[in-house]
Amino acid sequence: MAIFSKEEARRILEKVISFSKADGIEANLNGSNGGNIRYARNTVSTSGEDSNVTLAVQSNFGKKSGTATINEFDDASLEKVVRRAEELAKLSPENPEFMESLPQQTYGESKTFSEATAKITPEYRAQAAANSINPASAKDVTAAGFLDDSHNFASMMNSKGLFAYNQSTSVNFTATMRTNDGTGSGWVTRDFNDVSKLDTAEASRVAIDKAIMSKEAKAIEPGKYTVILEPAASAELLGNMFFNMSARQADEGRSFLSKKGGGTKLGEKLVDERVNIYTDPFNAEVPASPWTGDGQARRKMDIINGGVVKNMFYDRYWASQKNVAPVPFPGNIIMQGGSASLEEMIKDTKKGILVTRFWYIRSVDPQTLLYTGLTRDGTFYIENGKIKHPVKNFRFNESPVIMLNNLETLGKQVRVDGDLIPYMKIRDFTFTSLSDAV
Amino acid sequence: MPAIVQTLNLTTLKRRDFVSLSGLALGGLVLPLPAFSKNVPVEYLLDSPIDVKQKKVLADVALNTARSLGATYTDVRIGRYLNQFLTTRENKVQNTVNTESFGVGVRVIANGTWGFAATNDVTNDGVKKATERAVAIAKANSKFQKEPVKLAPEKGHGEITWKTPIQRNAFEVPVSEKVELLLSANSAAMQNGAAFANSNLFMVNEQKYFASSEGSYIDQDIHRIWPTFNVTAVDKAAGKFKTRQALSAPMGMGYEYMMPKEADKLKGPNGIILYKNSYDIIEDAKVGAQQAKEMLTAKSVEPGKYDLVLEPNHLGLTIHESVGHPLELDRVLGYEANYAGTSFATLDKWKAGNFKYGSPHVTIFADKTQPGSLGAVGYDDEGVASKRWDLIKDGVLVNYQAIRDQVHILGQNESHGCCYAQSWSDVQFQRMPNVSLAPGKDKYSIDQMIKDVEKGIYIAGRGSYSIDQQRYNFQFGGTVFYEIRNGQIAGMLNDVAYQSNTQEFWNSCTKICDESDYRLFGSFFDGKGQPSQVSAVSHGSSTARFNGINVINTGRTI
Repeated sequence: MAIFSKEEARRILEKVISFSKADGIEANLNGSNGGNIRYARNTVSTSGEDSNVTLAVQSNFGKKSGTATINEFDDASLEKVVRRAEELAKLSPENPEFMESLPQQTYGESKTFSEATAKITPEYRAQAAANSINPASAKDVTAAGFLDDSHNFASMMNSKGLFAYNQSTSVNFTATMRTNDGTGSGWVTRDFNDVSKLDTAEASRVAIDKAIMSKEAKAIEPGKYTVILEPAASAELLGNMFFNMSARQADEGRSFLSKKGGGTKLGEKLVDERVNIYTDPFNAEVPASPWTGDGQARRKMDIINGGVVKNMFYDRYWASQKNVAPVPFPGNIIMQGGSASLEEMIKDTKKGILVTRFWYIRSVDPQTLLYTGLTRDGTFYIENGKIKHPVKNFRFNESPVIMLNNLETLGKQVRVDGDLIPYMKIRDFTFTSLSDAV
Repeated sequence: MPAIVQTLNLTTLKRRDFVSLSGLALGGLVLPLPAFSKNVPVEYLLDSPIDVKQKKVLADVALNTARSLGATYTDVRIGRYLNQFLTTRENKVQNTVNTESFGVGVRVIANGTWGFAATNDVTNDGVKKATERAVAIAKANSKFQKEPVKLAPEKGHGEITWKTPIQRNAFEVPVSEKVELLLSANSAAMQNGAAFANSNLFMVNEQKYFASSEGSYIDQDIHRIWPTFNVTAVDKAAGKFKTRQALSAPMGMGYEYMMPKEADKLKGPNGIILYKNSYDIIEDAKVGAQQAKEMLTAKSVEPGKYDLVLEPNHLGLTIHESVGHPLELDRVLGYEANYAGTSFATLDKWKAGNFKYGSPHVTIFADKTQPGSLGAVGYDDEGVASKRWDLIKDGVLVNYQAIRDQVHILGQNESHGCCYAQSWSDVQFQRMPNVSLAPGKDKYSIDQMIKDVEKGIYIAGRGSYSIDQQRYNFQFGGTVFYEIRNGQIAGMLNDVAYQSNTQEFWNSCTKICDESDYRLFGSFFDGKGQPSQVSAVSHGSSTARFNGINVINTGRTI
């Protein structure tokens, strides 16, 4: 029983708060029921379920705070965890950056829960795997994949009277299909809050087709190419950029958003003016929790608009130092797309490379947000509006900032890892070497 | 915004999960923690919840229950996993976190199929129920099993104990003493030109009791420690910043690693100080700040071919990615295809018996025995005694890393003893042992090596790292770079990364320094599997020379 209802959570948290002898207390009660199935070599290798609930209590005396957690919920345990947090707080040095709890906030209506996902059974997972393995083995292809689902609840309360509660569900599916001669590989990823949108047979077909299409890739010279990036390819590079948009780092002069001579690039044009990126926890396709772990309300908000940096993220401490409103880290990212389909984007390309995904992306230079990584599982050469042949994988060295300045075309949006990212055509994307990896 | 400790080998740990954790307890630094960890006060860490006799009673409950339900093999791991993390920034302690995780995992073979279940209810009844679940899962999965599990034989070891040979238990050192050391390091950095300094100390203690139906009852007490820092120099007028990481290594040691001994210090080129089995964090922070400042104006590298002189704290990561991972047998077989990938080092290359992985200078061995290493244990997580074996002998591929249920695929009758689970709640599987480059046999120092290089670059410390899913093409950066011209250090370089192919790279190895230069690199966070598990691993080497490697310039303007 890892999912507590709103009333059960409220009752436990009220009890926790009532045990407090500190200046302040904040408690987070979270739980999940999860399940997964993994397969490789066309057979299921592992499957399992797990469930857990954790209560975390943070107590503070002035600016000294301590945190303790527990996963038992009888009265004695609740009191014990509060006492432990208080003991730790007393032992801790003062943290000048400690922020007092927030009073009650107003949150929007959450859209993160789906009944169908909460009801996933082991039989469903076994069938989902079979629907991926069977079409592969019928085509001389070997399937490896992973399906992972969870039903979660999150709740918090503090001594200032704030209470927040949310339930969410998620399902993630990935499959790698390799041709049995070892020369072709394809991959697909899908993630949803609502599992009824997931069809592992449909998804697996995409990966199987790519595996067969990518057989016996030809080597072409590395260099600067026009690329069509599938949303799964650009998602992680963009994510890295957002993750580095902390206002404090920029103010301290150690961010790609720091400016020569001091100051930051807030309000300045950073990328192509057709780039519009925002967050919206209430988007039906990619819903996110309406509140953050410390109780701040999440709202729809621009991050980049018309290519201009509209918001950087301020934690509560840094916002108080700078006399601005805190800007919490977003729960999702939505990048506006265009109307072009992938087929149309290929048709409009004279010479270019279609990229399914990037792999092993690592930071090379935080100053310029330069990243390296490789293409993987389906890389194709486009000539005169048609896919000509598969190409060997490339290593790239590129910055998402440069990439978004070299934007040619925006295509349709796709959900990837909880975000909405469009297909993108980018010119002068820098490939620096070739890889023999399949 | 929290910094991320990135795992080696994989990229898909979700950033959002890290962010949600960070609000809770971990402050400026976010770590992938095993499930069910809970925070506890430090004093609590020093009491043991149950003694070894009670553990044997509990283990026998599992072994007897499983046998009565028809299991042909059973192992039980009763584990208590303790962590302490201290994080500081300039003159502030950001967080002190203690976590404890206690529970039991039971693994069985029934109907020729594995089954696993775990519980944090460490009582006779809890263990019995988990065992029943493990057997039920094995029986259910056996319907889909194509071939029965085939275990390499392993004799029972009876009742036995093993402990990391530490001199001072880091958990017993007062938090105030540890915090003071970190703050002193930050202060040394600030006094030497750093604008920002973050330092951290991580301590791990795994108390693991393993029992199997083959008659082993093994009680182990394993310790690891990792001090590290980042110091940043900023030139606001030029809009530039440079960060220098610590040149420490995570070690399988106690707090004695934090007490510097002169005998453990090596003088590298241009005043760089390198550390063996003890570390001087204050000294390294001071030098680190000076080097970060120097980087702000250092020369940008001219791209081209260079002879690289690679220092062990740098070379360890190259060994990890280009030798350690491709020689994991389960990966070679395709079990990791959907995640980390497969391997270029296929079985046919090994069977041929003459696959030249590297030059004749290159002998790379695996082990779980080197004192002070992260991999060192008495027995692995399926009760196999630790050993050492060659992977590459005089340049030729000779073996892989395999555990009891896969080593028969190599025609071998004995597990290599490299099975590991990150906690009691995760199922154990093949994990990388220490994988190390044997030192050169002839006496040869770093100074001599530099003297012999005409056009080269000396690289110390770890930096950016990326490699493809079959481990052919890689790109590595480093912590500090020095140009070598006509046998002399010609000054610091910026924007250096080298790109190569695994086989070409190891075949270009022309010289390795002798044993007196041998040191360990390590990582707490080698990731593998779905759901993902982390494991700690060391890589030893002496400074080595690689001829004619392609160096690129990573400088850009945005």
